[in-house]
Amino acid sequence: MAGPLQSIERAAAILRLLAGGPRRLGLGEVAASLGLAKGTAHGILRTLQHVDFVEQDPATGKYQLGAALLHLGTSYLDVNELRSRSINWADALAARSGEAVRLGTPLEGQVLVVHHVFRPDDSLQTLDVGALLPLHASSLGKILLAYGAAPLEPLLKEELEAYTRHTLAVPEDLSRALAEVREQGWAAEVQEMSMGEAGVAAPIRSSGGLVVGAIGLSGPVERICDTRGRPQASLVTLLREAARAISRDLGAARW
Amino acid sequence: MVERYVLSIDQGTTSTRCILFDHRGRLVSVAQREHQQHFPRPGWVEHDALEIWRNLERIVPQALSSAEIAADEVAAIGIANQRETTVLWDPSTGVPLGRAIVWQDTRTAPLVERLRKDPGDEFFLDRCCLPPSTYFSAPRIRWLFDEVPGLEQRARDGELLFGTMETWLIWNLTGGVDGGLHITDATNASRTMLMNIHSLTWDQDLLDFFGVPRAMLPEIHASAENYGAARTILPGVRITAALGDQQAALFGQTCFSPGDAKCTYGTGSFLLLNTGSKMIRSRHGLLSTVAYKIDDQPAVYALEGSIAVTGSLVQWFRDRLGLISSAPEIETLALTVEDNGGCYIVPAFSGLFAPHWRSDARGVIVGLTSYITKGHLARAVLEATGWQTREVVDAMNADSSIGLKELKVDGGMTADNLLMQFIADVLDVPVVRPMVAETVSLGAAYAAGLASGYWPDLKVLRNNWHRAGQWLPDMDPGRREAEYENWQRAVERSIGWIRQPGAP
Ligand SMILES: Nc1ncnc2c1ncn2[C@@H]1O[C@H](COP(=O)(O)OP(=O)(O)O)[C@@H](O)[C@H]1O
Repeated sequence: MAGPLQSIERAAAILRLLAGGPRRLGLGEVAASLGLAKGTAHGILRTLQHVDFVEQDPATGKYQLGAALLHLGTSYLDVNELRSRSINWADALAARSGEAVRLGTPLEGQVLVVHHVFRPDDSLQTLDVGALLPLHASSLGKILLAYGAAPLEPLLKEELEAYTRHTLAVPEDLSRALAEVREQGWAAEVQEMSMGEAGVAAPIRSSGGLVVGAIGLSGPVERICDTRGRPQASLVTLLREAARAISRDLGAARW
Repeated sequence: MVERYVLSIDQGTTSTRCILFDHRGRLVSVAQREHQQHFPRPGWVEHDALEIWRNLERIVPQALSSAEIAADEVAAIGIANQRETTVLWDPSTGVPLGRAIVWQDTRTAPLVERLRKDPGDEFFLDRCCLPPSTYFSAPRIRWLFDEVPGLEQRARDGELLFGTMETWLIWNLTGGVDGGLHITDATNASRTMLMNIHSLTWDQDLLDFFGVPRAMLPEIHASAENYGAARTILPGVRITAALGDQQAALFGQTCFSPGDAKCTYGTGSFLLLNTGSKMIRSRHGLLSTVAYKIDDQPAVYALEGSIAVTGSLVQWFRDRLGLISSAPEIETLALTVEDNGGCYIVPAFSGLFAPHWRSDARGVIVGLTSYITKGHLARAVLEATGWQTREVVDAMNADSSIGLKELKVDGGMTADNLLMQFIADVLDVPVVRPMVAETVSLGAAYAAGLASGYWPDLKVLRNNWHRAGQWLPDMDPGRREAEYENWQRAVERSIGWIRQPGAP
C-alpha cells in the first residue's frame, strides 16, 4: 500500500489553517505558516478553489473556506429529487417557450439527462432520461463546467471530440467560452453537437449558490436563434426565470 | 369588456386552491391556502366549512391580483372539490351544524357493516351503483340523525340543508342566507348513495331507506351549465361548472371518448375509465360513477378503481422504516439493483380494496432471503403501485369491452421515471404525462369554459392537451406474466390474516 500522499496532507493542513483563523489569509501567510514554498501553496490553493473548498476574495486576493466545504454532506442533491422539485417549472417552461426542456447533472465526465419534457407539439418524441451528453458540446454541459459542477481540468489536456465544425474542440476556445458563460449567466450551443440543432441552458443552484445542475431548452436552430444566429432573448429570459424559480425552491436565497 | 381567463377553484382535502387559466389552457396564476384537519377521535376526520369558505374569500382576490387580472376579465368560475365530504347548515344563519365530516372519516363503519348484511349490497347497487362504504355521504347523514337529538326533525321542517363542498361554496357564493342557490352536480350527487344512477335524480327508495328528507337536498344539475352569477367575491361572474375532483381530473386530461382513462398517482391513486353514455355495472368490484354531464346532453359515465396505498407506501418506507430521507430517493435506491430479487410487498395496510375487497387482509412482504437489500425492497415498493394498477385495469377490461389503449397519468408520483416505465411495462400500454400537472383545476376550468362559451367545443380542449412525456412498454411478455403471477401469489398470502372475532 502506498504511503500518505504529501499534497493531500498539505491540502488538509491549509484547510485547517483557514478554518482556524478568524480572517482571510494571503498566499504569503499560508505559505509561511506551513513552511511551504509559495509555488507549492499556490498550486494547492488553486486546486482547492477549483473544487469550491476554498474561495479567493476578488478584491484582496486573500483566501477563505469555500461554501461547498461548509455544506459538504448536506448540499448533496439526489437527481430524482431534483426532477421532482423541478417538474412543474420545467413543464411551464416547455409550455411557454414551445420547446423541449431537459435537466442535466454531471456524471463521470459527461452530462446525465435527468429530466426531459417534450416539445408541446405532440410530434413523435422519445424520453431521453438517462442519456449522456458531452460536457463541452452541449449547453447543459457548459453550464456544469463553467460553474464547477463538473471538473474542467481533464478536458483541457488535449483536443476534444469535434461533433460538427462548430464544436469547441480546442481547450483554449472552450475556456474562453466558459468565462463568457459565467459573465452572462447562461450558455448556448449552436450546432455544436449536431448540425441544425441549438440549445440554451442556465444554472440550477441549491443552498449556498452551489450549482447542482442545469436546465436547458433545445430545438431546431431556426427556432432557438434569431437571424444572426444568436439565441432569442425572449427564450433566454423564460429559461432564466425557470432556473431561478427552481433554485429558489431548492433553497438558493440570492438567485 | 374583455373576458380572458377562467377561474378554477379546487377545494381539496388539505387545501383550497384558486387557479386562473388562459385560452390555451395554460396556468396564469395560483393562490392556495391550507385548512386545519381535525381528528377528534381515532378514525374521525373533520373540516371547518366556515374556515374553508373564508379561505376562498382570501385566495380568489390573491390569484387575481398576483396576475393583475380584474374581476371583469374572468369569463367563468368552475369548481372541483373533495368528494363525499358532508356539511349540514342552517339556511337562515349560514352557520354549519358542527364540522364537516370528511370522506376519510370511518365513524360510519359499524353502520356500513350492518347495511352490507341487511338489506345487502344488491339493494344499493341496483339504485346508486355503489356498495355501502364509509366514504359516501348518506350513511353520515343517518349517523348524524341518530347521534344528534332533534336533527332529523329540523331537517324535515326545512331548517337544515345538506351539501358536499361544492354545494356549500356555491350557496355562499350566490348569496348565502340571502337566497343562495342550493345545488349540486351529477358527479358529486353520484357519490352520496342517494342519487339514482340511471335517472340522475334523488332516489325515493334510498331517501326512505336512509330517512333523508328531500327538503334538505340540493337540486341536481349538470356538471357544466350556467348555474347563476356570483353575488360576492366576484359579483356578476357566472358559475358554470362543478365536478368531483377525480372526475375533474378525467375532464382535465381530456378523456372525452369511451376507453380514455386517467390515473392520478398521489397518496392513494384513482383510476377512471370513460365508458361513454353507457353505465356499466361492474362485476369485478369497481364503482360506476357519473364522469360528467354537459348541459342537457346525456350524462357520460365512468368506471372507477381506487387504490388506497400507493404514495403512502413510499411515505411509510421513508418515515417508518427511515430507509430514505425524501420520497424521490426511492427511485435512486431502487436503481441500485437490477430487479426485485424475488421480493414483493402487498400494502394491504387496512385490507385489500378494488378489485378484491377483503377487509381481513393485511400487508405482507414475501420472498425474503439473505440476498435481499434495501434496494430490492425499494423496487418492491414501486412495483406494488404498478401491480395494483394492473389489477384495476384487468377488472376494467373485464367489465367493459373497450380495452385500455393508453393511460394518462398525473399526480406527484409521475415524477418517478422508473415507476412510470414499470406501469407501462406491466399494463402493456403507453403511459403519458400531460404538460399541465394541475389536471383537477384544469378540468373544472375546462367544464366552466365550455358552458360559458369561452371554449367552443371538446375538440378545442383536446388540442390544448399536450404530451410532456411518454413511456412505452418494454418488457418481455414471458417475464411480465411470471412477475404478475408472483404478485398474485403474494396477494393470496395477505388474505385472511385478520381472524374473525371469536374464531380460534
Ligand atoms: N419521486 C417519487 N417517487 C415515488 N413516490 C413519490 C415521488 N414523489 C412523491 N411521491 C409520493 O407521492 C405522494 C404525493 O403526491 P401528491 O400528488 O402531492 O399527493 P396528494 O395530492 O395525494 O397529497 C406522496 O405520497 C409521496 O410519497
